[in-house]
Amino acid sequence: MTTIEAQGVYYRELNEQLRAAVRGGAKEVVLEGVNGQRYIAAGLAVRAKIAIKGVPGNDLGAFMNGPRIEVFGNAQDGVGNTMNEGAIIVHGDAGDVLGYGMRGGKILVRGDVGYRVGIHMKAFKDQVPRIVVGGRAQDFFGEYMAGGILVLLGLDESNHRPLAGAYCGTGLHGGAIYVRGALPEHNVATEHVRSRPITDEDEASLRPLIEEFCELFAYEPDEVWRVPFSRLTPVSHRPFAANYAPNV
Amino acid sequence: MNRPYEKNISGCGLIGLLNRDRRRVSGGVIVPGIRLLHDRTNGLGGGFAGYGIYPEYAELYAFHLMCDDAAAQIAAEEFLQAKFAVEQAEEIPTLKRHPGISNVPLLRRYFLAPKISPEETEEDWVIAQVMHVNAKIDGAFVFSSGKNMGAFKAVGYAEDVAEFFRLEEYEGYCWTAHGRFPTNTQAWWGGAHPFTLLDYSVVHNGEISSYGINRRYLEQYGYRCTLHTDTEVMVYLLDLLIRRHGLSIETACAALAAPFWRDIERAPEGEREVLRALRMTYGSALVNGPFAILFAHSGGMVGFNDRIKLRPMIAAEKGKTLYVASEEASIRQVEPDLDRVWMPKAGEPVIGCLEDART
Repeated sequence: MTTIEAQGVYYRELNEQLRAAVRGGAKEVVLEGVNGQRYIAAGLAVRAKIAIKGVPGNDLGAFMNGPRIEVFGNAQDGVGNTMNEGAIIVHGDAGDVLGYGMRGGKILVRGDVGYRVGIHMKAFKDQVPRIVVGGRAQDFFGEYMAGGILVLLGLDESNHRPLAGAYCGTGLHGGAIYVRGALPEHNVATEHVRSRPITDEDEASLRPLIEEFCELFAYEPDEVWRVPFSRLTPVSHRPFAANYAPNV
Repeated sequence: MNRPYEKNISGCGLIGLLNRDRRRVSGGVIVPGIRLLHDRTNGLGGGFAGYGIYPEYAELYAFHLMCDDAAAQIAAEEFLQAKFAVEQAEEIPTLKRHPGISNVPLLRRYFLAPKISPEETEEDWVIAQVMHVNAKIDGAFVFSSGKNMGAFKAVGYAEDVAEFFRLEEYEGYCWTAHGRFPTNTQAWWGGAHPFTLLDYSVVHNGEISSYGINRRYLEQYGYRCTLHTDTEVMVYLLDLLIRRHGLSIETACAALAAPFWRDIERAPEGEREVLRALRMTYGSALVNGPFAILFAHSGGMVGFNDRIKLRPMIAAEKGKTLYVASEEASIRQVEPDLDRVWMPKAGEPVIGCLEDART
C-alpha cells in the first residue's frame, strides 16, 4: 500500500504523484489529508484501489476508466463526470451533477446527493452505469437520462425532506430510476416518466446493487427491502419531440 | 481605472463566515478559504467585506473612496466636506506594492457624520450622497459606506488583495470573500466584489440575466447603476425591499427568487396569496439567471441561490459560527472540524442572524 500526503499539495502535483504510484505498480493508494483538490484520478485507466481521506474537490474520477475510489468523507460536485468504468464509493454526502454523462461503472453514496444527479447518463450494450444513493436527492434527479440505473433509497427516515426534489426524471428517455417507496407526484416529471411497481426482472437487476450497498455501509438487506420499490420508466424515447417542428 | 461598457458575467468563488455571538476574528481567518478557491477565479477581481472592524468610529459612516487621480479626489473630498462633518480622513492602509496588484487608484477613507436637516431620512440621504459621488464626480467611487464595516477590493487574486489591504490587521464578527472570474467585461477595481450600499454588501457567483429590467426598475427609485457589473443591482434591490419597503429577509428573498407559479399554486392558502402578490408587485425585481450570493449586513449574513441551483453553494456550522461557500473544502480550510454541513435548497435563503440582532 502506498500513502500519499495530500495536505497543501496542488491538484496537478497530487495527480502526478498518484499516476506515478499506479504506474509503478501500486495496487492500493491512500491519499491522506485531501481537501478540495480537483480531478483526482481523472482519466486513470488502471485497476487500482484509491482511498481518499478528507473532502476531494470537484470532478472526482472524471473520465475514469477502471479504479475503485473510496471517499471517507463528503464529496463535492461533479463526482464521476463522464466516467467509463470503475467504482466510486462515498461514505458521506455528495454534491451536484454526480454521474454527469456517466457511461459505465458505478457510484455508491451512503448519504444525500445534490441537484441533477445522473444527468445525461447513458448505456451502450454491456456498459450500464449504476448509481445508488442511500439518502435523498435534490431537484432534477435523472434529468435527460438516456440509460443506466439510478437507485434512491432514502434510508434515513428521520429526514423528512421528500425522497427526491422537484422535476425528477425531466427529459428522461431511457434507463431506470428505482425508488424505495414512492415519490411525491408533484416532484415527478409526469409528462416524461411513469411510475409503476417493480417486476421480478427489476428486482433481479436491483438485488446485486442493494447487496453491495448493504455490505459497504453495514445495512441489513431485509431492512432495505422492507419498503416496496417503484420504478420510473420513460413515457417516450423523444420526450421533447412536440417542441420541434414536424418533419414534412 | 479602466472603465468598461455595460454589465459583467462571472463564474467565481465565494466564502463567508458569521460569528453569531459577535466574536471578532482577524480578516486573515477567511483568507485560506478563498485561497482554496483560487482555481475558480482568474485574478481579475478579489474582495472582502468585514463587519465590526471600526468599533472606535461605530456611530460614523465609514466611506471607502477610490479615485483615478488627485483631481477626482479633491472634487470628492470637497463634496464630502460640504455634506458631512469629517471626523477622520486618512489613506486606507495598504502594502506599498504587491506583485499581484497593479494600477492602484488613490484609496482613502473618511469617517463621517451627516449634516442633514431633521426632516430627512438619514439613510436615504446618505445613499443619495453615495449615488452623487459615483454618478457625478468623474473618476471617484465610494465603494463602502456603512457604519462599523468596510469593503476592500481590487483587481487581482483575492488572497493577494487580502495581503495588499493588510486584512489581517482588522477584526470582525462577519467576513465575506470573493474571487472573481469575469467573462463578459473587462475587469476594473470598482467592478470587483463586494458591492455595497450603507452596511449591505453582496458577493456573487453567477450572472443576473434580468440586469436590464432590474436596473430600469431601480432607477425609478433613485438608484444609479454606475459600476458596470450586474451584481450591483442585487445590493440595491435588497436595500429597496428590506430597508425601504420593510420586508423581512425571507420575504425579500421570496420576491427576488420568487417560487415558480406551479409551486405558488400548491402553497397553502394564505401563503399562496402572499406569494402571488409578491410576484405581481415585484415582477421587475425578480432576479433571473444563475446565482449564488452572500448578502451581509450589520445584523447577519445570508446565503442565497437561484431557484434551480445553477451555481454551487454549501453551508456549515461550527459552534456559533455559520459558514457559506462555493465548496465544502473552502470551509474546511478555515475550520476542519465542523458540527454540520448541508446542501441548502435552492431559492430558499440560509439566514444567519446575530444572537442580539433586532429583527
